[in-house]
Amino acid sequence: MRARIASPLAVAWPPVALAVVAVAIWQGVVVLGKVPEFLLPAPGAILGDLLAHPGLIGSATLVTGLNGLVGLVVGAVVAVVLAAVAAAVRFFDRMSAPIVAAVAVVPIVSLAPVCYTMFGAASQQPRQYIAAVAAFAPVFLTTLRGLRQVRPVHRDLMTAYAASGWQATRTVTLPGALPYLFSGLNVASSLAVISALVTEYFGGPRDGLGSLITSAAATSNYATAWAYVFGAIVLGLVFYLVTLALEWFASRRA
Amino acid sequence: MSDAVAIAGVTRTFATGRGPAVTALQDVSLTVAPGEFVSLIGPSGCGKSTLLRLIADLDQPTSGIVSVFGKSARQARLDQDYGIAFQQAGLLPWRTVAANVELPLDLHRVPAAERRARVAELLDFVGLADFAGSYPDQLSGGMQQRVAIARAFAEKPSLLLMDEPFGALDEMTRERMQTELVRLSAETGAAVVFVTHSIPEAVFLSDRVVVMSPRPGRIREIVPIGLGPGRERGEALRENPAFYAAVTAVREALHGDGAVPVGVENR
Ligand SMILES: Nc1ncnc2c1ncn2[C@@H]1O[C@H](COP(=O)(O)OP(=O)(O)OP(=O)(O)O)[C@@H](O)[C@H]1O
Ligand SMILES: [Mg+2]
Repeated sequence: MRARIASPLAVAWPPVALAVVAVAIWQGVVVLGKVPEFLLPAPGAILGDLLAHPGLIGSATLVTGLNGLVGLVVGAVVAVVLAAVAAAVRFFDRMSAPIVAAVAVVPIVSLAPVCYTMFGAASQQPRQYIAAVAAFAPVFLTTLRGLRQVRPVHRDLMTAYAASGWQATRTVTLPGALPYLFSGLNVASSLAVISALVTEYFGGPRDGLGSLITSAAATSNYATAWAYVFGAIVLGLVFYLVTLALEWFASRRA
Repeated sequence: MSDAVAIAGVTRTFATGRGPAVTALQDVSLTVAPGEFVSLIGPSGCGKSTLLRLIADLDQPTSGIVSVFGKSARQARLDQDYGIAFQQAGLLPWRTVAANVELPLDLHRVPAAERRARVAELLDFVGLADFAGSYPDQLSGGMQQRVAIARAFAEKPSLLLMDEPFGALDEMTRERMQTELVRLSAETGAAVVFVTHSIPEAVFLSDRVVVMSPRPGRIREIVPIGLGPGRERGEALRENPAFYAAVTAVREALHGDGAVPVGVENR
């Protein structure tokens, strides 16, 4: 059974109220306590910066967001294809399992400097590749688990109907694995954005959120740096919520 | 014409992790004639589901032979000679009720128009026409089971294998479904192997009731129920003295050794 879905307003107001209170306290502490700007700029100053050049922040968010999205899509597609192969071919599964486990635990951004030398410092590709590698592991692992999760009674049903391998895959295996794929995608979406952004710290064109946060901080524009951080928060939330919605949509009948 | 089901000297043992192997069935022999209605009854764990799975070729005997319409069980499965309803409904949660009933027709490439007509007919039969567009998680357990029954009937099989299909139904729906099942199997001439825990149900439906005993699973007795052909069985039969006599005969066969078997309803 599904839980009753509360109205969006009822869900939204408590965290919004909390955020408003937190920002008010933040503003009060910074102003009354005379906190130096390099330590923590006031929310008012950050908002001022956001309103002063929304175009810059918007375009930086788009650049990083696009890199994250390309990485997420590429990583997820490769992951789904390889998970399907691993589910079908035992030998490949045994061969790939340790490698995937390794990919899952390696901090992928540590490859960033190497990637810039490989693909050139003027290119967005290193960021997209790193995001793709980061997105790959969770999608691969959850999809593979989903493909293996066919209920025995469904397997029996397919045998009883003398369904071909492909028919069984299409009728029970794939639909059953879909919710798993999307929950993997939800995890991967955050990883892809974070990786795309952090990779910018190590070089490449100075056009994404990560690059601009470092430049602003380096030139003592603390409020500006925080305004870009705000862009990063929004970007992360958008990726998370969109994939969460997809996951909800896919698992509502499973 | 060859028997619908012929089981000869079948034993099925399951190897378990450490302990001794479980003998689910030992030296079971049984034949079911075409169009005959046979119920399997016996305490929990006596191998009823196992026997049904062997007939369906979802499992293979350790020794002995199972044939269906004169062919190997495997060939009969490949030829789609039977329809099956499992102990769990086993619906696909992402398909609507109609699409679930349609599943076998879909897999066997029946033309769309014919498919639609057949699905409507089947949903009428199980009284779920109003729920064609619902999803399984919106139905009660009994309603889900009825969808599974409709699905088993979809291709008008000449052999129906049913594993406690009415277990989750309320008494009224259950009796209605029993009457319908007896009528339908008589009309289509389908042989039925029907697993149940209810003595009156077995008696009402069957030409013969196979009484099994557990550990190891064996056939203890086969009780012929002389209540006339299925198409003449109606609600009145439930009050007939001959019905009560048959219920008593099956009950005595079940309780043969004096011990009260576990898991058999005596109502
Ligand atoms: N796959 C299996 N592996 C091991 N043991 C099994 C397996 N399937 C059945 N058994 C054993 O075989 C015996 C008979 O099981 P079966 O499911 O056929 O009983 P049943 O008569 O259908 O019981 P119920 O009325 O509770 O459904 C049981 O002891 C069970 O533990
Ligand atoms: Mg059983």
